[in-house]
Formats: sequence, structure tokens, C-alpha cells
Amino acid sequence: MKKTYPIDVDCANCALLMEMTAAKVEGVESVIVNYMIQKMIINFQPGLKPDDVMPKVVKACRKAVPDGTIDY
Amino acid sequence: MNKKQKTMLLRILITVAMLIALALLRPEGAVRLAAYLVAYLFIGHDILKKAWKGIKNGNVFSETFLMGIATVGAFLLAILTKNGDYFEAIAVLLFYQVGELFESWAVGKSRKNITALMDIRPDTANLEKEDGNVEEVDPDEVEVGSIIQVQPGEKVAIDGVILSGTSSMNTAALTGESLPRDVQPGDRVQSGEVNMTGLLRVRTTVPAGESTAAKILDLVENATSRKSRSEHFIARFARVYTPLVCCLALAVAVLPPLFTLIFTGSADFLSWLYRALTFLVISCPCALVISVPLTFFAAIGGASREGVLVKGSNYLEAMANTDTVVLDKTGTLTKGEFEVTRVQPNNIEERELLRLAAHAECASSHPISRSLQKAYGGEIDRSLVENIREESGFGVLARVEGREVAVGNHKLMEKLGVTASSVTEAATVAHVAVDGAYTGCILIADTVKPTAKEAIRQMRQAGVSNIVMLTGDRRETALKIADELGITQVESQLLPADKVEKLEKLLKEKKKGSQVLFAGDGINDAPVLTQADIGVAMGGVGSDAAIEAADVVLMRDDPMHIARAIHMARHCMAIVWQNIVFSLVIKVLFLLLSSLGLANMGLAIFADVGVMVLAVLNATRALHNRKD
Repeated sequence: MKKTYPIDVDCANCALLMEMTAAKVEGVESVIVNYMIQKMIINFQPGLKPDDVMPKVVKACRKAVPDGTIDY
Repeated sequence: MNKKQKTMLLRILITVAMLIALALLRPEGAVRLAAYLVAYLFIGHDILKKAWKGIKNGNVFSETFLMGIATVGAFLLAILTKNGDYFEAIAVLLFYQVGELFESWAVGKSRKNITALMDIRPDTANLEKEDGNVEEVDPDEVEVGSIIQVQPGEKVAIDGVILSGTSSMNTAALTGESLPRDVQPGDRVQSGEVNMTGLLRVRTTVPAGESTAAKILDLVENATSRKSRSEHFIARFARVYTPLVCCLALAVAVLPPLFTLIFTGSADFLSWLYRALTFLVISCPCALVISVPLTFFAAIGGASREGVLVKGSNYLEAMANTDTVVLDKTGTLTKGEFEVTRVQPNNIEERELLRLAAHAECASSHPISRSLQKAYGGEIDRSLVENIREESGFGVLARVEGREVAVGNHKLMEKLGVTASSVTEAATVAHVAVDGAYTGCILIADTVKPTAKEAIRQMRQAGVSNIVMLTGDRRETALKIADELGITQVESQLLPADKVEKLEKLLKEKKKGSQVLFAGDGINDAPVLTQADIGVAMGGVGSDAAIEAADVVLMRDDPMHIARAIHMARHCMAIVWQNIVFSLVIKVLFLLLSSLGLANMGLAIFADVGVMVLAVLNATRALHNRKD
């Protein structure tokens, strides 16, 4: 299952960091952070609900990129 | 500029003022230290705060942390050596903040510019209510089947069919075509077209979200989410770059002074520490990380403005390496419309020959029959025709005004025992016999698009070495058209399945790293489109199947745009590589200079920010393509 979330990050490197962090979160099959359009596109592992995985993604990303936000 | 950026700009300006004041007043001793410390904290407090958060989260390589270490280190060094040079630490943070500000401002601005270019969706629609009043509403609220009004000068908000009114439509935003299109009741209009002359009433056929303009915008916006190989390269590089530079910094701080200590008995630890700290300020791969995706974004935006929709950065990158272009003939190089090119009568008036043939074929909707009817031009009186017999693979026989008319190929003439004149020209030939006597033939051919020849020439100029034409048509016809266009490789008499096979062969034969591009009209070549490295569908977003299968969609079915697309892709990749090489060279250069003690920290950060600014400016060049 694929979902897109609006995000707010200040620099391209932060976006990259966010992408790498989110990719490591359990339940995330693959993720793309598009800095240019400020969106995060997450492909969740089959059978998992985005609502169960997203809090973990948001938490991990806040840790890695303190001033970036994910609109979830 | 948004509020965040304005605050930052103010902070930068105040810091600059403070530094100037300090340089003029020249305070000494403890006052000097305190004054500079205030300036340092004023410009860098947020960086230090972020750095602190970063360490708490175990993120040693965050750029704020490294920047914090470098400047705090520089400050402490200045205190230790009692040289009073606190200026440098502040200058580093100042430049760093300027760089950050520029990055967010420039990217925000180009993002806005590019999306504005692409945003062909109007914000409102004029909904006609049941009582006849018109209300301005959000296009998303308009239901399918509603009536909207489009005033002259306005954009069509939602795709639909014209109920009343005639006008000329400017379709440039959708197709790049500058000639206006005339429309009348019953014609379809697409969202994004601009109504130029008359008031139109349009019955909508789709919701706003599925309208042409929305589809295009969605496609292009999301295109940058399909990352190219160079972007993956940058991401991988960024991951190792920062730790690598940090390790180097550590090595520079420890190894050289240790050596000199062992060999000479004394060592200048502090100056090597300073050089190591200089390494840290160039440890951010910012210029690279920002400029490459920005280039692709700008290029995709610029291409969409010209009617070339690229579905992903990866396809743009692949297209730049196109070595083989495979073209479908019908609909791509030719118009796909059959036209009578020559009439060769035999003991009969030319017009009479056409009239009889058109009447005999009046019941058929075959493209050839239609071209005969079109060439005749007059009215077809069906009551004159009786006893129509269609012989599949041969032609048609009918009684027209009591005379037995046969229209068909050579085989039909043989079957009827009529001697037909032989034709060597590359065309479909319809022989006509009346009451068993040969009355001549009509030559029908597909016409080549006027720009096809120039398009082939430009593709070669862009560096495409193989151009192959595929067609299901007769060999003679195919060869003639290929010859006319300057194409040497032709595969004719192919069934749809054969096209897939031919393409597979080309894909196997291609050189490593080069790409095979296939362009077709997207109607019945979806399998070939998906199979090619780059599938280009011509003729707009009309067919969903083509959009689904293709990697690049040309809004206009002009073969020139294939050459344009390749050219734009090359332009984009050239900028990408310029940025990659330029940023890397400058970084390495400054690592070298600072390890030799030739560049101080201020110069290093200045170079670093400068590279980023130049790379960003260079990236925006991809938006504008030179026309040549």
C-alpha cells in the first residue's frame, strides 16, 4: 500500500536524511522523500496499516531531523 | 520570502552590523571577548541548539553538530592563543546561515516558478445553475454533467463538450502548439485550454481531479519522485562523504603533529587542530545534494511547458543516452490518414472514375473507402447503388446506375479477367473496372508529416546513431517513405507481435549503457512502449492506455518533439554533471588547501557556500532550453 504525506523540511540534505531514517522503520517497504514537492511517499509492507506504522516513522524522523515535520 | 526567512535575513544583517561596529571600535581584553561572544551566540544559537539535539539522538554527523564543533573550536583556539581573532568563528556561522537562507529561498522560488508554469488549472469555474444564474465555484465542487461557462480570455476549468458557442481555443499550455484551434458545439474542450474569442457553454464530462490539466500536473509533479541513477549516486555519496571528511579531519589533527613530535621533538598541535576544524566546515555535501534533484525538477518543468511530459527523472536521464530510436511509421512519421495521391483514368473522365469508385465503396468504412469518398468530394447518392458484394482480400463489387463496377486490387482484376496496368509506385492501388472493361486506377497513400524529415535529421544531430522504422505496411511503401526521410533501417510487413520481437532484438544488440527509445502513437503499440528502455507516446494525454504504458508523453504528435525531448534530456544531464564535477572539485581543492594551511576557515566556508549558490543557479538553467 502506497501513501503520500506532505512534509516540511528546510534543506535537501535533511530530506535525504529523513528518507534514510524512514526506510529503516519497521513496516516500511520503501520510501521516497521528494524535497522539491515536499512530499513523502511511503510504500508500506503488505498487510500493515499505515496508521500503525506512521507514528514510528514520524518519531524516528523527528529524532533524525528535529526541524522537519511530517503532516500525518 | 516567508516569515522564517525574513527573520533569518534580519539576524544576518544585525550580525554584519555588529561585526562592522566591533571592527571600528576595537575593544580590548575581556570586553572584546564578551562582545564577540554575544555576536557568535546571536547568529549561531539555533545551530548550537540543533547540534545539541543531534548528539542527544546519537547523530554525530549532522551538519549542525560539525559546524558547531568547528566554530566552538575556532573560538577556543582564539582564546588559547590569545590572538583575539574571534571574527572567524562568527564569519563561518554567518556564511553558513547565508547559505542556508539562499538555499531555502532559491529552491522555494524556483519551485514556485516551475509549478506556476505547470499550473494550468484555473482556480475557479463558472457554474451555470438551474435558474440560469452563474456562480463562481471551486472546480472540485462541479459535478460531472454540470454546465460551466467559459468567458473569452478564461481557461477551461474542466474537460467537457461544447453545448453552445463558437470560439478559437489556445492550446499552447497543453500542447505547445501556437496555432489556435477552432471549436463549435459538439466539440470537446480540455481543461487548460484558453478560450480566446466567444462565450462557451460546456457540459462537463469528468470531475476536475480527472481533467486533463490535473492529470498533467499530477504526472509532472510526481515525476521527480522517480529518482534517477545520478540522484541515487548522490545519496550514496552523501552518506559516506561526511563521515569520510570527519575521519580525515581527525587524521589531520593527530597524525602530522605526532610525526613532527617524534622526529623533531616539538609540534604545533594548535595549527593542525585549526586545519582539522576547517575540514569540518566543508563536510556538508549540500551543493551536490540540492543541485541534482533541482536540475531534474527544473528540466521536467521546462519540458512540460513545451508539451513533453516526462514521467520520471530516471527516464530523462536514460533519454540522454539514447543511441537507437525506433519509430513506428503510421501515426508517428505519417499522418495516419489515407489520401488519394494520384488518379490514372483509362478512357474515362477522372472525376467520373472517382465518382463510380466512391459510390461502389459507399457502404464501407475502411480507411481506403473513406479516402475515395473524400477525394470525390461530392454527395453520395446511395439509391444509385445496389447489390454490393465485398470480397475480403480483393475488393468490392457493386451495381452503380445499372453498371457493374469493381473496385479492388490486382488480384480482383485478374479474377475478373481484366488486364490492369501495372503500378510500381509505393502506394495502395485501387483498380477500377466498369462492365468488365478496365477504366484505370486510383493511388492511395498515407502522407508523411511535414516535419518528419527535419526531425530525423535533428535526431542524428543529437547523436542518435541508429534510426529504425517499423511498419506493418508493404515493403515498397515502407522503403519509399524511409528513403524520403533518410532512414536506412526498415522493418516492414510486421504484425504487432513481430514489432515486439524486433525491438527485443535491438535491445539485445545495443551497446552497454546506451538506450533504445521507441516512439509510437500509443494506440496499439502499448507492449512495445513498455518494453523499450524509453517508450514515447505521441498525441497527448487523450488515451489513458498510452500514458500508462509510456515513459514520455508528447502532447503534440509532431516527430520534431522526439528530437526536442532527446535534446532537452542531454541539456539536463550536462548540467547535472557540471554540478557534480564542479562541487566535487572545489571540495577536494579546499580540503587540500586547508590541509596545507593555505586556506583558512573563513575562505573554506565562503567557497562552500559559493559552490552551492552557483550550483543552484546552474540548475535553474535546465528550465530554459535553448532553441537551436
